[in-house]
Amino acid sequence: MPDSVIFGMEVFLNGLMAGVLYALVALGFVLIYKASGIFNYAQGVMALFAALTLVGIMEGQVPFSHLINAVLGTQVHHFGWHVPALLAVALTVVVMIALAWIVNKLIFRHLVGQEPIILFMATIGLAYFLEGFGDVMWGADIKKLDVGLPQGMNSAIDDVTFGIFGYGFFIDNLDIVATLVAALLVAGLVAFAQYSKHGRAMRAVADDHQAALSVGISLNFIWVMVWSLAGFVALVAGIMWGTKMGVQFSLSLIALKALPVLMLGGFTSIPGAIVGGLIIGVGEKMFEFAIGPLVGGATENWFAYMLALIFLVFRPQGLFGEKIIERV
Amino acid sequence: MLDAAPSDETLLEVNNIEVIYNHVILVLKGVSLKVPKGGITALLGGNGAGKTTTLKAVSNLLKSERGEVTKGTITYRGERVQDLAPSDLVQKGVVQVMEGRHCFEHLTIEENLLTGAYTRTASRGEIDAELNKVYEYFPRLKERRRSQAGYTSGGEQQMCAIGRALMSRPETILLDEPSMGLAPQLVEQIFEIVKSLNEQEGYTFLLAEQNTNVALRFAHYGYILESGRVVMDGAAAALRENPDVKEFYLGMSDEGRKSFREVRSYRRRKRWLS
Repeated sequence: MPDSVIFGMEVFLNGLMAGVLYALVALGFVLIYKASGIFNYAQGVMALFAALTLVGIMEGQVPFSHLINAVLGTQVHHFGWHVPALLAVALTVVVMIALAWIVNKLIFRHLVGQEPIILFMATIGLAYFLEGFGDVMWGADIKKLDVGLPQGMNSAIDDVTFGIFGYGFFIDNLDIVATLVAALLVAGLVAFAQYSKHGRAMRAVADDHQAALSVGISLNFIWVMVWSLAGFVALVAGIMWGTKMGVQFSLSLIALKALPVLMLGGFTSIPGAIVGGLIIGVGEKMFEFAIGPLVGGATENWFAYMLALIFLVFRPQGLFGEKIIERV
Repeated sequence: MLDAAPSDETLLEVNNIEVIYNHVILVLKGVSLKVPKGGITALLGGNGAGKTTTLKAVSNLLKSERGEVTKGTITYRGERVQDLAPSDLVQKGVVQVMEGRHCFEHLTIEENLLTGAYTRTASRGEIDAELNKVYEYFPRLKERRRSQAGYTSGGEQQMCAIGRALMSRPETILLDEPSMGLAPQLVEQIFEIVKSLNEQEGYTFLLAEQNTNVALRFAHYGYILESGRVVMDGAAAALRENPDVKEFYLGMSDEGRKSFREVRSYRRRKRWLS
């Protein structure tokens, strides 16, 4: 087998893995968009905030320490304890639920019935507020996140592929874990949306706010629930990305990677987010591998958007998006 | 079989309410009405008379449209209900079927019906029994149970919306414009079902309807609204015979049908309280 084909296969696999990470971010968008028609620009920042909080809790950091020290003239930074990863994750989930509740109480409750563009603007405001808030609360330095997920090359895959092709594939263990987690997450979310009472209510709210109110569904409850779910998805994405590249403020930019995934998969489809992510991941890696050298590289920055544009032209609701029902 | 006639017990009482949208648009200027238990009460009037607003004021759906009851009271079983959330009201047994059906388009018919039982804590078995009952009244829905509601016909959607309301096991159903956009035959069919739900299951109805003719045939009592006020009310049979109603709402007069050119504008009687 020629080397380029073998390399291609490795690139393909890595593309799949990268796609899963994009999809994790896209999932959060889909949830909120599905239930409230809000395009939540703050999803990426939520992932950052979740990761910051997780690290902060694990390291026993004092929240708002800079503020406290500046006002009181003290020198507190750490509580001096370390919280085990699992407990810290549970506490971060609680924080994300509280955040969901506050966001609804302070912002979206007052915007019921407003134009989508106004809701979108509100999420932009929220994104930058949350970024600043995260900074004040946990500090702006780059942090290392290690919740004990396996990292580094998977030697089993390396051995097997070496045995077959005489060339070992480099697949990161973290990516494999991310894939498994994403699969579980999607299966869980789909089952929840399709078969549970609150999941059905969530889809009902997505279709028609007024009618949902009229049958006695509480919009507030559903929205807090959905934002909490999105917060949880953001936490998972934050853990994966944070472990991979450290918890830093550029983490919020992963939202931009999720956008083409959404256009491709459809804004309303949970499985669509995954398939969209995989197509984008594989597409951009393969394109970079095959065409990149011809055009001087750096195609990963724009390829996803170009692909998304092409899809938009031919299939505006995305691959799996809900058909726009038009009765004639 | 329950007695078809309404009882003396008043379930819902609307007392001289005023509704303002967006803090400036005065839509209801003092509407009062009573809905007796076990009756079909009709709210009649033309476009913009305030029928839908009255129903939404009762079901508390005004808030999400930036409307507000600024004066007057609404009581259900003697208890003030105008500050409750819509979901609390559904739990109290008052459910609204909105104008224009408002089915959940992307949910199947059966899922639509199941969302109606959202506020109930009943077991799966009880809810299935309820579902079968709805299918008995609307056999058509059973055939379409697996279809997405958005792809069903207008009549089926109306049935779905009524069935969905029934799933909450209500006492009073606020039915807004059930005839909208439906063929006359279908309108008749829907009203027949409303009538049998009233007679056999004892549901109380408050329905808003532009189709005065059909509404007055099936209702026990009627209120006529004009520009946000009740201008006339009475037993349905009496209203049907009233010369003003005949002329302005049923399109006939003592001299037979008139052409539009000769129609006079209504001489409005000022009425604040009925």
